[in-house]
Amino acid sequence: MELLGEGKKVLLGNEAIARGALEADVDVATTYPGTPSSEIADSLSMVARYLKNSGKEVPFYFQYSVNEKVALEFAAAASHAGLRALTCMKHVGLNVASDALMTYAYVGCKGGHVIVTADDPSCHSSQNEQDNRCYAKFAALPMLEPSSPQEAKDMTVEAFALSEKLSLPVILRTTTRVSHARGVVELAPLNMTFKKGKFEKGGLTVTVPAVARKLHPVLLEKMERAKEISNKSPFNFVEDFGGEYGIITSGAAYNYVREAVDDLNLKCKILKIGMSNPLPDKKIAEFLRECKKVIVVEELEPYIEEQVKIIARDEGIGVDIYGKGYGKLKRYYEYDMDIVYSTLAKFFGAEWEEKEEGEKITDRPPVLCPGCPHRATYYAVKQVAKPDTIYPTDIGCYTLGLLPPYKTADFLLCMGSSIGTGCGFSKATEQPVISFIGDSTFYHAGLPALVNAIHHNHNFVVVILDNSTTAMTGHQPHPGNDIDGMGNKAISMDMEKVVRGLGVKHVEVVDPRNLNEAKEAVRRALEYDGLSVIISKAPCILLERKYKKERKLYQINQEKCRKCKICITKFACPAFYFDGDDIKINAALCTGCGVCPQVCPFDAIEEVAE
Amino acid sequence: MKKSIVVAGVGGQGVITAANILARAALRDGYNVVMSELHGMAQRGGNVECSVRIGDVYSPIVGNETANAIISFEPLEALRNLQKVRKDGLVLTDVNPIIPPLVSLGIGKYPAVEEIFDKISKHCRLIKINADEIARKAGSILTKNVVMLGAATALNILPVSEESLIETIKGTVPPKYIEINMKAFEMGKEEMRK
Repeated sequence: MELLGEGKKVLLGNEAIARGALEADVDVATTYPGTPSSEIADSLSMVARYLKNSGKEVPFYFQYSVNEKVALEFAAAASHAGLRALTCMKHVGLNVASDALMTYAYVGCKGGHVIVTADDPSCHSSQNEQDNRCYAKFAALPMLEPSSPQEAKDMTVEAFALSEKLSLPVILRTTTRVSHARGVVELAPLNMTFKKGKFEKGGLTVTVPAVARKLHPVLLEKMERAKEISNKSPFNFVEDFGGEYGIITSGAAYNYVREAVDDLNLKCKILKIGMSNPLPDKKIAEFLRECKKVIVVEELEPYIEEQVKIIARDEGIGVDIYGKGYGKLKRYYEYDMDIVYSTLAKFFGAEWEEKEEGEKITDRPPVLCPGCPHRATYYAVKQVAKPDTIYPTDIGCYTLGLLPPYKTADFLLCMGSSIGTGCGFSKATEQPVISFIGDSTFYHAGLPALVNAIHHNHNFVVVILDNSTTAMTGHQPHPGNDIDGMGNKAISMDMEKVVRGLGVKHVEVVDPRNLNEAKEAVRRALEYDGLSVIISKAPCILLERKYKKERKLYQINQEKCRKCKICITKFACPAFYFDGDDIKINAALCTGCGVCPQVCPFDAIEEVAE
Repeated sequence: MKKSIVVAGVGGQGVITAANILARAALRDGYNVVMSELHGMAQRGGNVECSVRIGDVYSPIVGNETANAIISFEPLEALRNLQKVRKDGLVLTDVNPIIPPLVSLGIGKYPAVEEIFDKISKHCRLIKINADEIARKAGSILTKNVVMLGAATALNILPVSEESLIETIKGTVPPKYIEINMKAFEMGKEEMRK
């Protein structure tokens, strides 16, 4: 197993973080999966199952928690029992955990606790591109920000020590281009031991107002000490290439800056910020004094830039400081080499030829897989629902229902919002409302919204797309599964019992691959006066293909086919293609789900022997 | 030394695995290497692109007109990434189009393959390969990525040794598939020698 190896390895940034946690002898790790953070926890899950299968003791406890808030609370408790804890999530996951986070900063921690937030500039796989460095400042927590897989590992190890030194949880903030970059990582020895902690009573750990008032100044005092550490931290370092212009940079942007300095032969000094909260005020002031002008190159918010400008003013340093708005430096989207090279060439007066933009090529957006049961659900719903039906949707593969021909996604904010906004649309309009939510997302944030819908007797339909996994992020288990992230037996929730138990009167469970049954269920749900829930249950096709050996195959009988094209224009399975005027099925893509024969009005789609 | 190779294709073609093999072979040869990949939603039949950068490099992604070569598993994806390759660079692409499902719905257009090759040829050197056919002959369409690596080796565009590539492939694929992958690698090489 690569992650337990030694020497030098090519590791994904996220794998390097997992390795760092193992080198730091982490005791407890929790997560809710989300791109670009998922492989941190998935790596630990793999290590746990690998050790278990080899008959060895697993030296840590790992769990895919129901959501990020619970993941953070779980790990905070472990830390207060004296254990080392790791919690990983994507940037928007920290919004879910933020209620716990803000007060956890007051309470502080005991065992080292590292909270990883993986941000996603350019929204490669996210609903926004918020800059979570602002959370470190907002909550007053130390933060480390790696640029490469090697730094990601080194900083993870250091973050545990820093956390224990300050009794504060430490935020490790990555971005997609760090988490999903691969690079050479020099590994240190593993030192893994299993421990149980002990909770010592009597600390200031119950945040009633009187206690919270005591804790806030304590937190600020800890952060003053953190600033001294930041001023001495080797993660905040200067590289001197001669000259009098300065560049301050951090994270992924550092990589582009560093190469530009080589390629454009720039005479400059670089201040590379690795500990970005609190910023090293003395080191920055010293750097500013040595420079004739300075440019801050950082992705997203002018987080460093604004604080550098405050430091310059407080210290009476008159140097010109450039940043957002200069050259191609914007406050949105990730940076790349062309943005940074072009901007620095302007700043230094270096030679640089702007490259042509490539031509616009036909998009190849991700689509629902051939055989995906969500396609069948959407097809059935569209057959029955009126055109003005509102479809609030949620976070998962099924958000792809946005695309034609289904167009079964009208509104999306965040995890669980399909049901909350469904409540609102059902009261605010007279249009029918059908909310779509996946099983993992339902457990994550759909439950409280469903309680709200039941209690207020809202009249709309919730379709829970139950494919028995957290598909989009890589098939992590969730509370509906009977095996947990360590490969241990777990108690699986019975979705129907959960929904009925909460008090929904009209509940139906259907297999959407039987289209008529699904259509009838949707019809009955729409007719029902009150809240109705349809559990549309069929396994994710990618998992089913893995475990199911036999599959049926379908082909189109060209003599029967009347070229009505419904299979392409309405059902739109990627296995169908035009061969001249004929419609055919790509046998390599067909999964044999058996739904398309029900779609064809001329019975032209026939099962064939493989 | 600085070398950048872009590996491109469609989700499910083994693009990330090929890039990964290349990166680990580079480390085996003692080089520094960085690469980028994207996960998540993009895997569902969307376009996939990995940059492998070897030598005195920091950035895991390439700038426009800086890559030494593009290894593309699909013609349109070669064109999509074309601006990344240097004008004195090379594009090695498979010839079999994968039509995006939305094109079948009349949204967007898949250009004629000859038109794609024309555009590439105007930018830099173009080498075509029917890797699908070779992979099938080798024993499985799943060896397509290894066919592409074999072809790239014969074209001398990879800054890593053949020995390291072969050893890394052997260490990556399941033991029972080593033989057909070695065959695929050799057939990819052979095709370029023709």
